[in-house]
Amino acid sequence: MTITLFIPCFIDALFPRAGISMVQLLEGLGHKVVCPPEISCCGQPPFNSGYWDEARPVAAKVLEQLKDAEAVVIGSGSCGAMVKKFYPELFAGKPQEAMAKKVAARTWEFSDFIVTKLGVTDFGAKFPHKITFHDGCHGLRELGIKKSPRALLAKVQGLQLVEMAEAETCCGFGGTFAAKFPMISTAMGDVKCASAAETGAEYIVSNDSSCLMHLQGLLSRQGKPLKTIHLAEVLTQK
Amino acid sequence: MSTFATGFLKQARVMTADLRHRKIIRTALTNYEIVRDKRKGAFQSWESARSAAAETKWEAVNHLDKYLVEFVSKLEARGTKLHWASTGAQASEIILEIVREKNARSVIKSKSMTSEEVHLNDALEKAGLEVVESDLGEFIMQLRDEPPYHIVFPSMHLTRGEIKELFERELGDAPSDSPEELTMVARRALRKKYLTADIGFTGANFAIAETGMISITENEGNARLTAALPKTMVSLLGIEKVLPRLEDLALFLPMLATAGTGQALTCYNTMYGGPRQPGECDGPEEFHVILLDNRRTELLADAEQRDALHCIRCGACLNACPIFRNIGGHTYATTYSGPIGSVITPHLRGLQDWKHLSAASSLCGGCTEVCPVKIDLHHHLLHNRRNAAKEKPALIERSLYLIFGFVANRPALWSLGKKLGRLSQPLHNLVKGSALDPARSWTQTRDLPPLAQESFKDWWKKRNR
Amino acid sequence: MKNEETVLSEREKILARVREALSVPAHVPGAHGLAPLAASAQSSAAGVRQWLPKVGNSFAEQLGLFQKNATELKTDFQLFDSAEEMRQALVRLRDAEGWKRVACHSGDLTNAICPPLNLPMLRTDKAYDVHEMEACDAGISECDALVAQTGSVLVTSRSAGGRALSVLPPHHVVIARREQLVADLPAAFALVKTKYAPDFPSMISFITGPSRTGDIERILVLGAHGPKRLTILVF
Repeated sequence: MTITLFIPCFIDALFPRAGISMVQLLEGLGHKVVCPPEISCCGQPPFNSGYWDEARPVAAKVLEQLKDAEAVVIGSGSCGAMVKKFYPELFAGKPQEAMAKKVAARTWEFSDFIVTKLGVTDFGAKFPHKITFHDGCHGLRELGIKKSPRALLAKVQGLQLVEMAEAETCCGFGGTFAAKFPMISTAMGDVKCASAAETGAEYIVSNDSSCLMHLQGLLSRQGKPLKTIHLAEVLTQK
Repeated sequence: MSTFATGFLKQARVMTADLRHRKIIRTALTNYEIVRDKRKGAFQSWESARSAAAETKWEAVNHLDKYLVEFVSKLEARGTKLHWASTGAQASEIILEIVREKNARSVIKSKSMTSEEVHLNDALEKAGLEVVESDLGEFIMQLRDEPPYHIVFPSMHLTRGEIKELFERELGDAPSDSPEELTMVARRALRKKYLTADIGFTGANFAIAETGMISITENEGNARLTAALPKTMVSLLGIEKVLPRLEDLALFLPMLATAGTGQALTCYNTMYGGPRQPGECDGPEEFHVILLDNRRTELLADAEQRDALHCIRCGACLNACPIFRNIGGHTYATTYSGPIGSVITPHLRGLQDWKHLSAASSLCGGCTEVCPVKIDLHHHLLHNRRNAAKEKPALIERSLYLIFGFVANRPALWSLGKKLGRLSQPLHNLVKGSALDPARSWTQTRDLPPLAQESFKDWWKKRNR
Repeated sequence: MKNEETVLSEREKILARVREALSVPAHVPGAHGLAPLAASAQSSAAGVRQWLPKVGNSFAEQLGLFQKNATELKTDFQLFDSAEEMRQALVRLRDAEGWKRVACHSGDLTNAICPPLNLPMLRTDKAYDVHEMEACDAGISECDALVAQTGSVLVTSRSAGGRALSVLPPHHVVIARREQLVADLPAAFALVKTKYAPDFPSMISFITGPSRTGDIERILVLGAHGPKRLTILVF
């Protein structure tokens, strides 16, 4: 299958290794991966701030790049939700409505695509560490993804998953929210980090780099030893 | 920025820094979650029950005119006096007229958020009446001269020690800080009030159209006493409280209890269909029901967000909300706080003044997930943001997004942006976290990861060369 | 009072706003459409029953469930084989708590059970003095039903001696026959309708345990404003 891989802007610029890992994993399964070069961002920042008219041209460009894809795989639950769930709403009553619905129907979040669509869970990865998993809210609640990442982690040799009490609580990132309401965002992040630390884990793993960026930012600033790593990177460890 | 928004930001800064407060709320709500989950688990299907409740409320709200007329005519047929109020001021005025007609001096109240919404206590006190809140939590908050902290748990942010001090100061009666003894202090103080009050005032949780009854849910028995002893009973309710049929309560009462407090059923669930009827030995001689609009019809007119009128005020969305948990109920400065408050307050009190509440959310969806009547809460926060930006865009923010869009749609520019970012990184390190830092709102409490020397796209391009 | 015209006009204004608002149809929630709504309207009781907590099929199971719920709620539930045993139990309650005066209403059951108490009794069969009731040590009433699903007692202003008898005295004693046990809330509401419609009592109340509050640090305290004790005697 030819997989159109949508690498979110923050993975591209800040965490390229997560994106590279996704390519390696999908190609390792024998699929052809293409990355549309013209995609910059899904348009979430203006969209979530309420500036839908300003978000639409950005999203339209993305749609244009994805319209002929057989399967769209997005390396983040958040951007995945944007394309799969919110594009149809953003383009409701607009010329691109049909295209948005068509693309949405073919769009997958990365871990869910591998487990649900491809039926693969074992990459022969080895990661001898105690970890805890953070469910990004968009992946969890907009796309209903809870089991897939855990199914993948279950097959990683040496990995011990300890669920934290606040696994499903928001990390406080929330895009522009983190900058508009930094005190609330930070308080939420602190709750999350404390809950993760309680498990005694060495790593917080997630399928969403944006949440991890927030948590890592807090942990580093506070000098905490807990580290963050994207699920795809865990799956490529040997 | 509206003055309400400025106040919100200031208070949010204070409250998020108050670790003691955050711990009190977290402990209380963690315990709530445990019992609620146990009760949810007892349902054969909580999810089906939610769907059924959403459908029933949809039916009621989308045929509100029909059900209101039915409700009113059934109540009137059995001697209840019905009043309609378009505004909060009108509602207070109607009650004041009843007060004047009855020559009343004192009012005993059971818990009612709608009366908070119309500032009834202020109006009554201004008219020289003694007003006493009878729900323990509300009684405590009245003594503190503060609005309720939470729509179901009005005094959840206070410790027993603080309540003991309060009772000592205000009542001169606080034998110890044991919750048991403090509750008995309130019981003694309020007993006298029930027996002497001229008017008993209540809210309502549901209005049953089919049989013409209001239904009141409570744990303490204070509403039962309020509706039993004074000669005149007055109930104030929003027009959206209607349920079509009596048996709908078989679903809504246990769902309200489960979502609200984690009980299988609240201690007293009582339906009132009129004043004392012929052959009955007690109860009020007169029963007045006031139906309040107060801009609910504006929310009703927004078809997209109409389901916000399904709300049964259980408080589950507040309890689940990580924002509420960290800033507390008073920071909202609204009658209805938490996610539901952030959704409806812009409709009830003005979008531009209250849009900051919809912005103050990470849109995590925790609220929508727990809502027993499936209100699309977090998406409505997004809708409020959209409506606010459309109606009155913030010039700078909009310009930034226009520039963002311009750059995002030109890959060469976007790529150049990344390069410039990389180059300016050492400069940023010099001002990081300081007043000169453009990313200060992030870097004050968090580190920013460095831009990768080789971006994913660089890697991809190189590889496919 | 405002004159009739203004009152009516406010009503008309609000209803007009409601009708205008509803002229734009709302989307139907989730996967639920108009068709299932109509269906659920007709079979609401049956529908609801399959989602609410389980109650068991046999009478014994339901009685056991009521008992279990009562214990959890801190209701004192006592089951007897005969009316005589129940009379004795009531006398034991009187002695244990040192009742001096009780409030009660006339009914088949109360009339049969209460006389051996030999106490001054405030009757609520017609208007009474609330201060006298406030001074009573217990209120004794009948009920319309006991609900297995929730451990609730269903009372009305007609069946249980008015509105105050079951909440004003510090101890509410309910006397009932075991045939009065119903399975669940839908059954209880069905019973209310069959028994009373259209002439409903002015108050219908489900009492689920003794009065309680958690308003101080979410710690359970009984007897907030209503009775501290709820005793249900069944034979």
